[in-house]
Amino acid sequence: MSYLEYSTKYVPKGWRKILHLNWGLLLLMITVSGVGFLMLYSVSGGNFSQWAEPQIQRFGLGLSAMFIIAMAPIWFWRNVSVVAYGLSIILLLLVPVLGVSAGGAQRWIDLGFMRLQPSEISKITLVMVLAAYYDWLPLKRTSKPQWVLAPVLLILVPSFLVIQQPDLGTALLLMTAGAGVMFFAGVHWGYFIGVITAGATTVWAVFASRGTENQLLKDYQYDRIDIFLDPSLAPLKEGYNFAQATIALGSGGLTGKGFMQGTQTRLDFLPEKHTDFIFTTLAEEFGFLGTMSLLILYMLILAFCLTSAFQNRDRFAALLTLGITLTFFLFFSVNMAMVTGLAPVVGVPLPLVSYGGTAMLVLLGAFGLVQSAHVHRPRGRS
Amino acid sequence: MAQSYMRVTRRGAIIGGVQLIFAGTLAVRMRHLQVEQADQYRLLADENRIKIELIPPKRGRIFDREGRVLADNEPVYQVTLTRHDAGDVEEVIAKLSHLLELDVDTLNDATEKMGLRRYRFSPVPVADRVTWEEFSRVAANAPALPGVNTEVGQSRIYPRGGAFAHVVGYVQRVRDVNLARYEDPPPVLRLPGFQTGQLGVELEYEDDLRGFAGIKQVEKNANGRVIRELGRQQGTPGADLQLTIDAELQEYVTARLGQESASVVIMDLDSGDLRAIASAPTYDPNLFVRGISFSAYKELRENDRRPQASKTVQDAYPPGSTFKMLTALAALDAGLVAPDETVWCPGHLEVSGRRFHCWKGAGHGHMNLEQSLQQSCDVFFYDLALKVGIEKISQMAKRMGIGERPDVPMSAVSAGIAPDRAWKLRERGSEWVIGDSVNAAIGQGYVLASPLQLATMVGRLATGRNITPRLIKSVNGVETPSRAGESLGLNENHLRQVRNGMYAVSNTRRGTAFSSRIVAKDMRMAGKTGTSQVRNITAAERARGVTRNADLPWDRRDHALFVNYAPFDAPKVAVAVVVEHGGGGSEAAAPIARDVTLQALYGTDPPLDAYPERDRSRIAAQQERLRREREKASKA
Repeated sequence: MSYLEYSTKYVPKGWRKILHLNWGLLLLMITVSGVGFLMLYSVSGGNFSQWAEPQIQRFGLGLSAMFIIAMAPIWFWRNVSVVAYGLSIILLLLVPVLGVSAGGAQRWIDLGFMRLQPSEISKITLVMVLAAYYDWLPLKRTSKPQWVLAPVLLILVPSFLVIQQPDLGTALLLMTAGAGVMFFAGVHWGYFIGVITAGATTVWAVFASRGTENQLLKDYQYDRIDIFLDPSLAPLKEGYNFAQATIALGSGGLTGKGFMQGTQTRLDFLPEKHTDFIFTTLAEEFGFLGTMSLLILYMLILAFCLTSAFQNRDRFAALLTLGITLTFFLFFSVNMAMVTGLAPVVGVPLPLVSYGGTAMLVLLGAFGLVQSAHVHRPRGRS
Repeated sequence: MAQSYMRVTRRGAIIGGVQLIFAGTLAVRMRHLQVEQADQYRLLADENRIKIELIPPKRGRIFDREGRVLADNEPVYQVTLTRHDAGDVEEVIAKLSHLLELDVDTLNDATEKMGLRRYRFSPVPVADRVTWEEFSRVAANAPALPGVNTEVGQSRIYPRGGAFAHVVGYVQRVRDVNLARYEDPPPVLRLPGFQTGQLGVELEYEDDLRGFAGIKQVEKNANGRVIRELGRQQGTPGADLQLTIDAELQEYVTARLGQESASVVIMDLDSGDLRAIASAPTYDPNLFVRGISFSAYKELRENDRRPQASKTVQDAYPPGSTFKMLTALAALDAGLVAPDETVWCPGHLEVSGRRFHCWKGAGHGHMNLEQSLQQSCDVFFYDLALKVGIEKISQMAKRMGIGERPDVPMSAVSAGIAPDRAWKLRERGSEWVIGDSVNAAIGQGYVLASPLQLATMVGRLATGRNITPRLIKSVNGVETPSRAGESLGLNENHLRQVRNGMYAVSNTRRGTAFSSRIVAKDMRMAGKTGTSQVRNITAAERARGVTRNADLPWDRRDHALFVNYAPFDAPKVAVAVVVEHGGGGSEAAAPIARDVTLQALYGTDPPLDAYPERDRSRIAAQQERLRREREKASKA
């Protein structure tokens, strides 16, 4: 299908497109980002220029990018999907060559004015290429093994590269989001059940073999897994950070200690308070009401995106929107599960709130795609 | 197309549902943490940030009976450095070294500490006990010295120095042995640099002097840096102590003893107050507070006159002839001797085949009780011992305070020994023999008494009361009970006979201490000399003629003792003097006893006419010399 096949008759043109943006979604995103600015101001102890200011600048930049992307027709984005995917793979390959390392991992490419994190970009390009693939693939072939293999490879290539960095958390997100798009596209249930069963069996085998003669992993690797699953086993390292985060979260109570009054934050007990653990500062200063409000805002964003996807009769647009929505959901839910102790600590930022340039830009860019899909959705009779 | 659209919608709805469930789980989890367990986590957050710090209490001061300060607190100035704030530590230290003398050891300690991660934000002392001038120089240059802080602490000082070292003792930084005294040591003892009593009154009254630490609540960040103070609860300063010691008398006594290895106890007979309790030679307790150098400590340790020994209470000596009053009193009490009853002294007495010698080889001839005290005839008391037996002598000694530990708050207080049959069987594992009684009768053999016990003994003889020494006059202004004691229930007539004997010692021509008499009529004293053997005199030696003390090496000479009370008619003070290896009691100890007695009675340098005429010019020179010495000591 080329863009010529689209029924463009009723699609708004020129500046009128702006009127057809998903304004509710946009306002929600601005609100959540605003919460992020407030929290960054708070964790810096009232130092506006430390984190809040650069974050606002990036937000402005990202918002502009979002508009530009939203104005370009969705079929254009479908047509460049493969190229975008290819570029992101090249960038991932360049990381070990040009990359800068920080904290034992090599994830960034220094562009001079900013540090680019290619694994963030690949999250979106993967969803794009998969949506384009299923848009192109005749429906009958969707569940044929050879046609299932191709998207699996598309998922595994970037996942494998990201694991090398090493960044297991992002790799798992990539795989989950990719599998999600395949699921939305209608790949047969059996494949998913098969993969889940195989995965579960592997995990079971790894643990069952522990302490026996044919132990699958080395002892120290098991120890690492134990600490990963239960940080309190290493009370001085991972466990300390986790315990301090839980204290911050719980001590917020129902209404919180007040803006800039969080003792855990202000007195540096919190680890990574401006990035992965920023949610705990929100919890400490605004309490249960604050955390629920943010969760509801996130759920509303999901709801707007899902509604937009369900209304969209274009297969690429719908799959893309669903895939991006799923990625967004994975971001914030894994982050919240992680800081509340429901999931192991993997380095996943809180979308739109955590400090971080690439993540913010990529996320806003991705929502630009969602907006483009919304603006250019087929209208009237197809 | 429509079919695919429906499938996307359906599967999207399924995933949307899963997402909703997951969000619900998150909400439940947050409710659990933030609402149900909030109190618990709030507590943990407070424990995290709020740290309790102790404010060291001011140690109670120690005064003499007139309110002169014996132990005081002085501010000490310290310079600290915080690595995080200093930036370039070496540069800051280099700048500091231009402003004040930096001690290499302290500096090495400091740099080592600053290298540790947990000291990154903590001030580390780089110079201890700096002078006020250095301190103000550093404070004035503070802007050019990042991370440098000046702190004021408290330290003990003993302004009157050595004369009180054995009584007052001293404090030092808390050591493990200090903590071991407590089942649950007070937390203030764990403060770095906190001082605690190590000896003497400082140790025995530690719990009163220390006071109670205040509490400061501070908010600290994760790095341990204090952010602000949240609250403060003042502590209680330690109790002030007033001793019964008269500082000027004590200083006179100390100067009078000089470098002799000697001790003096002066006890007030109205109250039992110890007006002076001095051991010589002394040392400067401030050295121990500030940290004594190894060489100075070695010198103290190796000095054979034992400056560190508190000889008045911790050393028990054979009391020698000063014990004879007790043998006499025991015999009188048992009705075994009459005032005019005499014993023939040929210079020795044979007891079960063994010959016991009198100090006077030629013998004293006929002796009654008073004369035997006056001339210190040994044979008379050998004879009494055979009549009275050790049990009665031992009981009398105990009634007079020998063999029981005096209740004074000083260190290593000795109980002395008033031996009897049971004691020897228990301690030596052998039967008491008659020769033991003979030796005990003249204060040799197993009998041991500390100078404090001898003073107590004389006090009891002079007053007839169960007087006991008192060292602490008041605690925080509250007077301690008088220790004048109740009547001992001794026959006044018997006591008078013994006192008359003692009077004769000091005031009659044949008395052993006549040359050290007091001539001022209303100040006359009654005393008793004593000489206790440090070695056994062999038969061969005796045949050769006993070697004179002066010809022996110092540490083999006899101990010289003298006990007395004065004035004879209305006793006010009891005195005991022991001069280790001083030779005879009449030559070495009695002159000191007379001088200190007069000093105590007059409260100042006594008029020369209190002394016999031929001594006056010598005494005048001595008074002048001692006055200068005391002035010099007080200036230092």
